[in-house]
Amino acid sequence: MIQVDPGTLFFAAIFTNNILLTNFLGLCPFLSISREVRAALGLGVAVVFVMTCTAVINYLVYYHVLEPLSLTHFRYIVFIVIIAAFVQLVEMSVERFFPALYFVLGIFLPLITVNCAILGASLFMIIREYTLWQSIAYGAGSGIGWMLAIIAVGACREKLQQSARLPKGLEGPAITLIITGLMSLAFMAFSGMIQIQ
Amino acid sequence: MPQPPTNIQIFKAGLWKDNPVLRQILGICSTLAVTNLMVNTLVMNAGLIFTLSMSSLTVSLLRNYTPKRIRMMVQTLIIASYVIIVDIAIKAYLPDISEALGPYVGLIITNCIIMGRCEAFARNNPPWPSFVDGLAVSIGYALVLLAIAVVREPLGFGTFLGYRIMPDGFTPWTVMIMAPGAFFMLGIYVWIIKAFFPQTEEGKK
Repeated sequence: MIQVDPGTLFFAAIFTNNILLTNFLGLCPFLSISREVRAALGLGVAVVFVMTCTAVINYLVYYHVLEPLSLTHFRYIVFIVIIAAFVQLVEMSVERFFPALYFVLGIFLPLITVNCAILGASLFMIIREYTLWQSIAYGAGSGIGWMLAIIAVGACREKLQQSARLPKGLEGPAITLIITGLMSLAFMAFSGMIQIQ
Repeated sequence: MPQPPTNIQIFKAGLWKDNPVLRQILGICSTLAVTNLMVNTLVMNAGLIFTLSMSSLTVSLLRNYTPKRIRMMVQTLIIASYVIIVDIAIKAYLPDISEALGPYVGLIITNCIIMGRCEAFARNNPPWPSFVDGLAVSIGYALVLLAIAVVREPLGFGTFLGYRIMPDGFTPWTVMIMAPGAFFMLGIYVWIIKAFFPQTEEGKK
């Protein structure tokens, strides 16, 4: 349907169509992990990796297994199983081969299975009929966009904790949502550059 | 050993005291996106209520047969099956809305609230209370989303359920139909609830 070259799509996924700020995906871990920048970075890296890989795997499975067998209605089950299995696999291999990395990323990996952004990226890829290269670009771009957003909000929250005095009830999730709203407004300023969908 | 709560108590707790969105800020991802139009919100909520109450019931029925180690996987599969039913039903009867909702129906699967209720309640309780719990929590969830949509649609499009309610000279607030509007509305609601109805047991997490 839309002919965008993968490079453009990559930047569009980061800035103009940021999966967190315009599509509201991956909010749950976002709200709980964005308290500090370090944790946000760890989770962000894990998400970029898993999102890129699962987008590719899901693409191949969807077009080479599900569609020939006309089982496309079962894509939700298949995708979620693939994501869960992949996350498990990554967790085990990281633990086995890179213990130092596991120490940093370990606790974030299980969280990723229920991160809607991962499944969301795969579903958008199918609905918008991306090609393989576009899917890779979209998966990686969305992951990086998500990481960018969570780190930026994490940095804001760190500053807030040190200095700001907030009215009762506003601290915690409420202010995070409002910060996210402001950030989302700021990202809307990019939308003139590239238009996809 | 305290008395097991009655169904009414479970219902009330799910609706207000443990309201998933306002109290626990869970599971907003997949549904916040569709709150710019009332109709979409209603359809999405109906799907969510069905999925959550039926998966709670099923998880609870199977609770004695599910091995502990793979229970997450089993729960995910149960949820995914119901979501497929919802997706096919919406596609068949409401094709326009299905188009508008796009991937968000499928994303009900990863809505943490469903998994959360299965883990926290359904897996240790008999089927009927689990069903009531699922129903109450999802209705509580639906109400909050409707409250957001009720503000966003009139301000963003000047319509209510598709009917024009604003006067002719009204300039729509574009920000309300874009993503930031939803974030602001939810943030403000959470703020109001937390400021005026503080939870008695703070820091229970």
